[in-house]
Amino acid sequence: MGQNTITVTDSGFADAIASETPTLVDFWAEWCGPCKVMDGPLNEIAGENSGKLTVAKLNVDENPATMGSYTVMSIPTLILFQGGEEKQRFVGARSKEQLISELADYLQ
Amino acid sequence: MAEKVLIIGSGPAGLTAAIYAARAELEPLMIEGVERGGQLMITTDVENYPGFSDGIMGPELMEQMRKQAERFGTRIVSSDVTAVDFSEQPFKVSVGSDEYTADSIIISTGASARWLGIEGEARLRGYGVSACATCDGFFFKEKELIVVGGGDTAMEEALFLTKFASKVTIIHRRDEFRASPIMVKRAVNHPNIDIIWDSVVEEVLGDTLVTGALIRNVKTDEVTTFNADGIFIAIGHVPNTKVFDGVLDLDDTGYIVTEPGTPVTSITGVFAAGDVTDKIYRQAVTAAGMGCQAALDAARFLDETT
Ligand SMILES: Cc1cc2nc3c(=O)[nH]c(=O)nc-3n(C[C@H](O)[C@H](O)[C@H](O)COP(=O)(O)OP(=O)(O)OC[C@H]3O[C@@H](n4cnc5c(N)ncnc54)[C@H](O)[C@@H]3O)c2cc1C
Repeated sequence: MGQNTITVTDSGFADAIASETPTLVDFWAEWCGPCKVMDGPLNEIAGENSGKLTVAKLNVDENPATMGSYTVMSIPTLILFQGGEEKQRFVGARSKEQLISELADYLQ
Repeated sequence: MAEKVLIIGSGPAGLTAAIYAARAELEPLMIEGVERGGQLMITTDVENYPGFSDGIMGPELMEQMRKQAERFGTRIVSSDVTAVDFSEQPFKVSVGSDEYTADSIIISTGASARWLGIEGEARLRGYGVSACATCDGFFFKEKELIVVGGGDTAMEEALFLTKFASKVTIIHRRDEFRASPIMVKRAVNHPNIDIIWDSVVEEVLGDTLVTGALIRNVKTDEVTTFNADGIFIAIGHVPNTKVFDGVLDLDDTGYIVTEPGTPVTSITGVFAAGDVTDKIYRQAVTAAGMGCQAALDAARFLDETT
């Protein structure tokens, strides 16, 4: 796993997303090929935007409660939180460039 | 300086082409596409790729191919090609605002799931609409699901989904399946699989999550509402050739036309390999074989012209 991202779990999830600094949560699983595609880009985005954006990984196999409360029904799903609220959601793998342009409003 | 060989796509065809081109010291540049590794990244066990007697996981196989291509010096750009200009040498390939030039091109952009194009389908994608049972089945534990289609993929998806769902209903527009007899038998005999024949899905229903579908019987024209928590579309594939439309000869279903048995396209120096040009075999090993042919032909072409 990338050294620039953090791991979040069901317990403490609310605290993890409460910050005014946007937190991008990556819902993933070991068996999900397209999720692996996102590892590199997410690690790079986290590294290049440290202080502006936190990138957190949540394993859906191990954290069913969070997956359920945000009705994640397909992975990879990325949800951007700020101040505890869901701001944006991205379903499906995408390139680093695409993700950066979609996140632009939050990376100022 | 123009690249010698530029490869578009990173499935078995593209990566095999890269291995051969790199070993021939053509220093290939690969634009790997957003769906890095191609279709096998969304499957679990691959049991028919030679050399792996116990089978291998799709993503693992693709990771190995990628490492093999990189080991011999393939350079990889992780984006989709957005436009091409093959009207003169060197050929031009654009990735957004970046432009690459190359003396020869190998196209291996594969194929993607076909969608129905009906109301509600795009809006509810990721909220109960899916085209990948192995990716999304997990999220439908004890739920009721619809699978649309009548080929091997539809049978496979339906059978796979019974691991999670309490009930799977296959909806098919004809009164018999196109799938192979062994797959049909498995699906028809499965206690948790129902089949609705002669019917098409007209609309996916649901506000924020899928709640069901409108189904029309094609013989009686009767429309009914069918309740379900998810709908998996398995109605075949479309070749990824949008950026080549009007540039290369495509057949009426969008596949790149090649000289039979070769990767040679309508433009000299541009080669095509794998599912993007093959609507018959569509296997990892045939795609890899065509990738090899394309690299060898590209090498010969470069030899003759430079
Ligand atoms: C669920 C599933 C299970 C399967 N199981 C098996 C199996 O067990 N055995 C078997 O032999 N076959 C299997 N297949 C079929 C096999 O996956 C395909 O035949 C094979 O992947 C085709 O390889 P390819 O290289 O032609 O294209 P693909 O694997 O489709 O790869 C296409 C590549 O092109 C890229 N691309 C697309 N558009 C662009 C663009 N504009 N710019 C840049 N890149 C682009 C994509 O990102 C991708 O990397 C399965 C397929 C599926 C969907």
